[in-house]
Amino acid sequence: MALELSEPRPLGKPIRRKEDARLIRGQGRYLDDIVLPGMLHLALVRSPYAHARIRRIDVQRAAALPGVHLVLTGQDLAAAGLAWMPTLAGDRQMVLAVDKVLFQYQEVAAVVAESRALAEDAAALVEVDYEPLPAVVDPYRALEPGSPILREDRDPPSNRIFHWEAGDRAATEAALARSAVVVRETVRMPRVHPAPLEPCGCIADYQRATGRLTWYVTSQAPHAHRTVLAMVAGIPEHKIRVVSPDVGGGFGNKVPVFPGYVAAIVAAMRLNRPVKWVETRTENLTSTNFARDYHMTVEIGADADGKVTALKVSTIADHGAFDAAADPTRFPAGLFSIVTGSYDFPVAFAEVDGVYTNKAPGGVAYRCSFRVTEASFLIERAMQSLALRLGMDPVALRLKNFIPPEKFPYHSPLGWTYDSGNYRATLERAMERIGYAALRQEQAERRARGELMGIGVSTFTEIVGAGPSHTFDILGIKMFDSCELRVHPTGKVLARLGTRHQGQGHETTFAQVIAEELGLTADDVLVEEGDTDTAPYGLGTYASRSTPTAGAAAAVAARRVRDKARRIAAHLLEVAEDDVEWDGTRFHPAGTPARGVTMAEVALAAYTNPPPGMEPGLEGTVYYDPPNLTFPNGAYLCVVDIDKGTSQVHVRRFVAVDDCGTVINPMVVEGQIHGGLTEGFAIAFLQEIAFDEQGNCLAPNFMEYLVPTAVETPQWETDRTVTPSPHHPIGAKGVGESPNVGSPAAFVNAVIDALAPLGVTHLDIPLYPWKIWEVLHERGVAE
Amino acid sequence: MEIAVTVNGQLRRADVEPRTLLVYLLRETFGLTGTHVGCDTTHCGACTVLLDEVPVKSCTVLAVQADGSSVMTVEGLETDGRLHPLQSAFSDHHGLQCGYCTPGMLMAAWALLRETPHPQPAEIRRALSGNLCRCTGYQNIVEAVADAAQRMAQEVG
Ligand code: FES
Ligand code: FES
Repeated sequence: MALELSEPRPLGKPIRRKEDARLIRGQGRYLDDIVLPGMLHLALVRSPYAHARIRRIDVQRAAALPGVHLVLTGQDLAAAGLAWMPTLAGDRQMVLAVDKVLFQYQEVAAVVAESRALAEDAAALVEVDYEPLPAVVDPYRALEPGSPILREDRDPPSNRIFHWEAGDRAATEAALARSAVVVRETVRMPRVHPAPLEPCGCIADYQRATGRLTWYVTSQAPHAHRTVLAMVAGIPEHKIRVVSPDVGGGFGNKVPVFPGYVAAIVAAMRLNRPVKWVETRTENLTSTNFARDYHMTVEIGADADGKVTALKVSTIADHGAFDAAADPTRFPAGLFSIVTGSYDFPVAFAEVDGVYTNKAPGGVAYRCSFRVTEASFLIERAMQSLALRLGMDPVALRLKNFIPPEKFPYHSPLGWTYDSGNYRATLERAMERIGYAALRQEQAERRARGELMGIGVSTFTEIVGAGPSHTFDILGIKMFDSCELRVHPTGKVLARLGTRHQGQGHETTFAQVIAEELGLTADDVLVEEGDTDTAPYGLGTYASRSTPTAGAAAAVAARRVRDKARRIAAHLLEVAEDDVEWDGTRFHPAGTPARGVTMAEVALAAYTNPPPGMEPGLEGTVYYDPPNLTFPNGAYLCVVDIDKGTSQVHVRRFVAVDDCGTVINPMVVEGQIHGGLTEGFAIAFLQEIAFDEQGNCLAPNFMEYLVPTAVETPQWETDRTVTPSPHHPIGAKGVGESPNVGSPAAFVNAVIDALAPLGVTHLDIPLYPWKIWEVLHERGVAE
Repeated sequence: MEIAVTVNGQLRRADVEPRTLLVYLLRETFGLTGTHVGCDTTHCGACTVLLDEVPVKSCTVLAVQADGSSVMTVEGLETDGRLHPLQSAFSDHHGLQCGYCTPGMLMAAWALLRETPHPQPAEIRRALSGNLCRCTGYQNIVEAVADAAQRMAQEVG
């Protein structure tokens, strides 16, 4: 149960969320709730083909429909130099197609009309004459010689976007050659979609007289969007105001800039009227930013006792028609090099080749710090395969190979410095919670009766909080984040940050951090995000970076304010500054706790009676450049039973023990974990954005793309260990993504563990019932 | 077409196109934006409202079908400045994150509790199975609904 906002010393307590008051009353203000005077609506015409030449576009009938104000095509945009836009990954993407379409549902024309319905009507009247071309759907085929080149605009023409590698190839291959055991597995993480419940959208409001553009947009990164916009549209950056209102979930989907956004802005500038574009769910699933699509081959070596010796990974990354990922500049494969996980590998090597195919663009970090989910899934699956080959208990194999606590800070063979962790303690907590030994006993008995029960283990390490400026930037902008704090004369606080929450609860959790530092309550601190005119510059909320970066900025800004407050307190208490002590809620002279002043009293003095010579006011602004990333981790255990009659997998129990360092609000953390586990469950069992050979999207809506309901979703059991980050001001690490990163392997490992007696060592996700059905029938055990 | 609908206890009239969906009547004509749209195939339930006390997906009801009926939306849950027990329980149990599914969840839960004042967790899950949430994993929502049921029983008792 939530504690009230008036709770003193709020850090670490389950404080009621401030956001709730408006959201439970239906008074949230999401993008589509905003209506501006004179607003028009935009609808897009999309390609039915995955690959085709555009012979002709006829917009006459659409343009003639009463109530239609504008029809835009790629040619129109090309005339203004806006046919293409840069992606955050350093590629470029067509806004509206010119000459050629490269994926089904690609944006071909835009229609602006008095109402949304009318815009859709008119869009249906736009006639496009296509000449279909052979589609390249399989990413392996895309790399074969003779495969059609998709991106003729690239020089040299090639379907290979990038080759990236990390580690020591020769040493790794040598170590594998010397290893007593080497297990090789091909593991696919299929294309999925973040699918936040609120689709993406924007309203562009341009005032020709002043040249000012106010852009309301479902954005996880408003400042980055402002800068991209200044670059794309050539509008001076100070004349752009980006407002990200309440956001109905993001999960990475709302980081990039989409063609519909640019079309709406161009239309607003041409028409001098506000233009709204909101995508449908179908448009969301088919065109705005899928995730994963990683095709990975792993070789893991070990000595005969199960001590790991080497890890080698080769990956084909299907990015679709444009590389519209939002990875930091130097990391085209994101932070995939976390792939050695929680284990002490002496050597490792990883390589990734990014590939163009005739599919929707993307490669976004879906509830994941840039390809960390893929990496964790791979290493945790590989550990399962290795345990099977060695005939070892998967828990025993992990305990044998964990990076021991005394090795932190730990330098991984792929170049990271892990900040802290106590993997054994975390796993042991999980084993205790679930009753591991008893479950193995039960499993042996059930197996003897021919029943299929499995126990899955995943002991992952994440890497979040991008990131330190020496390594991390997006389009050249360093990945710091920021907080600007103002303490008003009555001791109430306004805090503005460069991040933008989408359900994570920043209005409450950051208020807790600041209140704790200033001896106030969360109620005393108003947190604002999402308006670039008022918030300090920041890179936004994704990749679990908010707490490690903006959360750190908030703590440091509050400490700066407290330092000044201490000097004012000394003046009020008439003692030397060194003689002032802070007890968490009051300043008092050392040794005289009875005679103290509160932050509110100090704040008043800052404006009414500052010490002689001191600048009035009580404010602090911090741009926090994290010295390192943070490395949250966890131990997840999953128990499944497989019905030999129906092939249904029943998740009987799931215990998640997370270590995200210092916990700001345990209720919010638990909520994040429940949500992430549910998305991980979906990825393991239900979801794939698949394509047929012509490149037709086979999961374009919630009928085919399955989001788990309350009925399928298992009951979650959560717990934690706390190993603070040594370099974060309050020791917090970030948690939003851990459950999504760590859980898919736990589910799959449980299913494989159940099927292992039948000789099954691997199945590709999603583990649809028909895949299990096939196995049970092939092995003759179906009932 | 002219229609008259009682919305949250107030009679309201509108002139709508025959194809107008109830959800747009509520959101755009009446300005009740608490009811959301999350899909185009009747799967997500973000648009759930009560039509003559029955939960419906208002994206799949024509506005003209509501003519002469009464509709209750999330905005109608709070009475005389008092939150409905479901609303407080959702906040107490952290049953919402981004809040986009919340109005629909509240309305579906309201309908459940009217029919089944003391639901078991499995019944709650089944009753909410037409409402998707991408954030919470449902567990806290189920707890919130169970707790609200208890509070309502106490209020009546
Ligand atoms: S909007 Fe999704 S069911 Fe109505
Ligand atoms: S709280 Fe975000 S969809 Fe339910």
